Amino acid sequence: MSFVTPEIAWAPLAPIIVVLGAAAIGILVESFVRTPATRRAAQLGLSLVALIGAAGVAVVQWAGLEGAGTEVLAGMLTVDRQALAWQIVILVFGALGALLFAARTRAGEEAFTSLGSVAPGSTEETLARRKGMQVTEVFPLALFAVGGMMLFTSVTDLVFLFVALELFSLPLYILVALARRRRMLSHEGALKYFLLGAFSSALFLFGAALLYGATGSASLTGIADGIATVSGLDPLILGGAVLVVVGLLFKLGAVPFHSWTPDAYQGAPTPVTAFMGAATKAAATAALIRVSYEAFYGLTWELSWLFWAVAIASMLLGTVVALVQTDLKRMLAYSSVAHAGFILVAFAGFPEATLAALPFYLLAYGLATLGAFAVITQVRERSDDGTVLGEATRLGQWAGLGKRSPLLAGAMALFLLSFAGIPLTAGFVGKFVAFAAAISEGAWPLVLVAVIASAAAAFFYVRLIVLMFFTDVPDGQEEAIEVDYSPLARVVVVITAAAVVLLGVVPGPVLSAFENAAVLLIGSAG
Amino acid sequence: MFPILTVMVAVPAVGAALLWALPAGARARVREIALAVTAVELVLAIVLFAQFDTAAAATFQFSETYAWIPQIGASWALGVNGIGLLMIVLAAILTPLAILAAWKEDEAEDRRTHYLALILLSQAFMVGIFAARDVFLFYVLFEAMLIPLYFLIGSFGGVQRRYAAVKFLLYSLAGGLIMLVGVVALYFQGPGGDQAFLTDNLTGLTMSTTAERLIFLAFFLAFAIKAPMVPVHTWLPTVAENARPGTTALLVAVLDKIGTFGMLTLGIALFPDAARWAAPAIIIFAVISVIYGALLAIGQTNMLRLVSFTSVSHFGIMVLGIFAFTQTSIEGAALYMFNHGLSTGALFFAVGFLIERYGSANVSDYGGLQKVVPVFAGTFLIIGLSALALPGLSPFVSEIMVLIGAFSVAKTAVIVSSIGVVLAALYILLTYQKVFTGPTREGLEATRELSVRERVVLWPLVILMLILGFLPGIALDTVREPSADYVSAVVAEEAGE
Repeated sequence: MSFVTPEIAWAPLAPIIVVLGAAAIGILVESFVRTPATRRAAQLGLSLVALIGAAGVAVVQWAGLEGAGTEVLAGMLTVDRQALAWQIVILVFGALGALLFAARTRAGEEAFTSLGSVAPGSTEETLARRKGMQVTEVFPLALFAVGGMMLFTSVTDLVFLFVALELFSLPLYILVALARRRRMLSHEGALKYFLLGAFSSALFLFGAALLYGATGSASLTGIADGIATVSGLDPLILGGAVLVVVGLLFKLGAVPFHSWTPDAYQGAPTPVTAFMGAATKAAATAALIRVSYEAFYGLTWELSWLFWAVAIASMLLGTVVALVQTDLKRMLAYSSVAHAGFILVAFAGFPEATLAALPFYLLAYGLATLGAFAVITQVRERSDDGTVLGEATRLGQWAGLGKRSPLLAGAMALFLLSFAGIPLTAGFVGKFVAFAAAISEGAWPLVLVAVIASAAAAFFYVRLIVLMFFTDVPDGQEEAIEVDYSPLARVVVVITAAAVVLLGVVPGPVLSAFENAAVLLIGSAG
Repeated sequence: MFPILTVMVAVPAVGAALLWALPAGARARVREIALAVTAVELVLAIVLFAQFDTAAAATFQFSETYAWIPQIGASWALGVNGIGLLMIVLAAILTPLAILAAWKEDEAEDRRTHYLALILLSQAFMVGIFAARDVFLFYVLFEAMLIPLYFLIGSFGGVQRRYAAVKFLLYSLAGGLIMLVGVVALYFQGPGGDQAFLTDNLTGLTMSTTAERLIFLAFFLAFAIKAPMVPVHTWLPTVAENARPGTTALLVAVLDKIGTFGMLTLGIALFPDAARWAAPAIIIFAVISVIYGALLAIGQTNMLRLVSFTSVSHFGIMVLGIFAFTQTSIEGAALYMFNHGLSTGALFFAVGFLIERYGSANVSDYGGLQKVVPVFAGTFLIIGLSALALPGLSPFVSEIMVLIGAFSVAKTAVIVSSIGVVLAALYILLTYQKVFTGPTREGLEATRELSVRERVVLWPLVILMLILGFLPGIALDTVREPSADYVSAVVAEEAGE
C-alpha cells in the first residue's frame, strides 16, 4: 500500500495558521516567562498582534481572491469569500474579547481565578491569590478557540468539521470554568456546557455517520450529490441531515437545544461570556450556512419544518423566559436564545440573500454583545468598608445607573436598543436584511412571528433602560454599587458603541462587502 | 438648489447635539440657545412656505435625493407636497412654544438641558418624517423618533411616567414592527434597485390583491396606533396624564399627525385599491372613535386625560374625512390636521399653565377662576371653543368640510359623528364651567394672571386660529391639489376595475 502525501496549499490557510501558531507560541510564553505581569502583557500583545494580523491577511486574501475561492487539503476545506468574511468577523470579536480578557479593575483584580486547579474556598486558593498568581493561559486558549472557529467556517467535510467543532469547544469549556468570583456557579456552568456539548457532538457525529452510510461520502459536495441521486425520502439521509443540523443548533443555542446557555452565560467570567456569546454564534451560523447550502440544498423542503419550528420556539421561549429573569447575564442569555431564533428565520427556504444578511446580522449582534458585557464588567458591588467586589448582575442593582454614570449607561442603552432592533442602530439593519431574506422566499408568516417576538423582547431591554434612567437609586443603596473604570474595558465599550451607531447609520459599505461575500465555492447557491 | 429640507432636519439635530456637548458649567443659557435654534427653524419654515408653489402643490417640491444605503434600495430623499408643508410649519410653530411653556420647569440645569435637547431632537425627526419621500427613510425615522419621546415621557412628568413611557413605546413598537413586515414585503413588490424605496417608484404598482391588502393593513395598523383610533388608543390618556403638558402638546398636536399623514401619503397613495376595500371598516372604527372619545372625555375628571380623549374623537373625524374619498372631505381632513394641532396644542399648554400654578389637573380642584384671572379665563374659553369647532375659529372650517364632504358617501357615519360634535360642546363647556365660573374656591383667590411668557405661548395660536377661521384659503390652497390627487388615485382605480 502506498501512501500519497497530499499537496497542501499553505497560503490560503495563512490567517488560520497565524492564529493557531500564535496560540502555540502563547503556550511557550506560559512556560518560560515567569513574572505574571510581564507574562500577561506578552500574552495580550501576542494575541492582539496575531488576531489583527490574521484579519489583515484575510482582508488581503479576500481582495486577491480570483473567482469564488480555492479548495485546500484535497477539498476538505474551501477558502471562499463567504469563509473569509466570517473569519474576519470572528477575528474582530476575538481581538475585542482579548482586550476584555486583559481588563482589570482599579484595584488590579482580573476576571479570572488565580489558579484554576484549586478548589473554591480552599487555603490553596487563598495562597495562590496572595502570591498574585494569574492564569494567563486564557489568552492561548482563546486563540485556539478563535482558530477552531475560523476552521469551522471553511471546512467542507463533516469529519473535519467535527474536529474543528471540538477544537473551538474544548478551550471554551475550560474558559467558562475559570471565573474569579462565584466559582461554584462557574464550575456548574462549565460542566453543563461540557456535558451538553459532548452530547451534541455525539449527535453530530452520529448524523455524519448516517450520511456517510447513505451517500458514501463525508464531504459536503459528495453528500449533496448523493442526495440528488436519491428519489423520494431516504430515512438515512433525512435522519443524518437532521442530526447534523441539530448538532449545530446546539452550538447556536436554539430551543430546544439551548439549556446550557443561561448557566454557561451566567457562570462564565464575563469577558468569556462576551467573547463566547459573540463568536460562537457567528461560527455556528457560518457552519450552518455551509452545511445547509452546500450539502442539504436538495433537502430545502424536507428540512424547512425543522428550521421553522426551531426558529419559532427559540423566539417565543427566549423572549418569554427573558421577561422573568432577575439576573442580567441570564436575561442576556435568554435574549441570545431569541436571537438564535431570529437568525434561523433567515434560513427559511434557504434564500440566497441570507449569505449576505447573516454575516451582517451576526456582526451587529456580536458587537452589541461584546459591548453590553463589557459594560457589565464595570458595574461592581461594593462592601460596607468600600472594597470593590464582584459584578452587580441583579437587575435591581442597576437602578439609577444613568444618574451615576450617564455615558456608561447611555452606551448600555445603545446596545440594548440595538438588540431590540431600533432603527439607526446596527441591530435594526441586521434584522431588516435577515427578515428581507426570509420574505424573499415567501416566509412572511415566520417574519410576522419574528416581529411580534421583537416587540415583546423590546419590553425586557427597555425595562433595564427604565431602571437605569428613570428609577432613583434606592435609599441606603447609594454606596452599594461602584462603577469601576477599567481602561481596556472602556476601550471595548467605545469601539463597539461607535461601531453599532456607524453600522446603523451608514451600513452601506459593510453591506456591500458582505454582498460581495455572498458566494460559496461549491453548492447550489454558489 | 439649496437643500433647505435637509438643513431643516439638521438644524434642530445639531442644536440638540450642541446642548448635550455643553460642559456642565456652561449650561446657564440653554433655554435661550434652544429657543434660538427653534427660531431659526421657524424662519426656515416661513421661507419654505413662502417659496412653495401652491399651483403645483401636489408635486413634491424642494426635492433632494441622495444615495443612502443603495444596497437595500434606501435613499435620503426629501420633498414636501402641500400637506407635508403644513405639517412642517405646524411643527416649527409649536416647538418654540413648547420650549417657552416649559421655561420655568426644571431647576437643575442638567435636567433642563436634557429636556430641551430631546425636544429639539424630536423636532428634527418630525421634519424628516413629514418630508420623507422614501418609505425606508420614513420607517427609520418613524421608529427612531420613539427614543427621544420615550425619554421625554419617562424622565419628565408625573408619578406614573415610567409606566406611561413603556406603554407608549410598546404600542408604537408593535405597530412599527408590523409595518416593517409591510415595508419589506413592499420592497419585493416594487422595482428593486438602488432606489427601490422611493415613493415615486412605489406608486402605481401592480400587485396581487391579497398582497396589496395585507401590506396596506400592516401600514395602517401602525398609523392607527399613532393617530390613536379606538381600540388602540389606550396609550394616549396614560401618556397625557403623566408626561409634561408641553411634551403631550407636541405629541398630540404634531407627532400623532404622522398617523393621518401616513394614511394619506403612504396608505392611499401607494395602495389605493386596498384603501378603498378597507374604507367601510375603517370608517366604522373612525365613527366609534368620534363617539367613544367624546363620551369618555365627558367622564374625565383629569383635564389632561380629557383633552387626550377629545383628540381621539377629533382624530376619528380626520380619519373619516380621509377614507370618505371626496375632494372636500380629504381637503377638510388635511386642514383639520393643521387646525387641530393649533387648537389641541393651545389647550394642553393652557392646562399646563393651570398645573404650573397648583400642581393639579383635576377639574374638582378648581372653581370660579374667571373672577380672579379674567384674561386666563377668556383665553381658555376661546381655545376651548375652538376645540368644539365654533364658527369663526379655524377648526370649524375643517370639521364642517369633512362632514359635508363625507355626507354624500357615508350618510349614517356623518350623522352619528355629528353627535360627537354636540358632545364636544358638553365636555368643553362643562369643564370651563367647573373650573372658571361660580364662586371662587377657597385658596384660589391669589391665582396669578397669565404672565407675558404665557401669553406669548397662547395668543399666537389663538390669533392663527382666528385668521384661518376667517381666511381658510391660505392653508386650503396648499392642500387642495394633493387632495385631488389622492381622490383621483382611488377613483381611477375604481374606474379601472
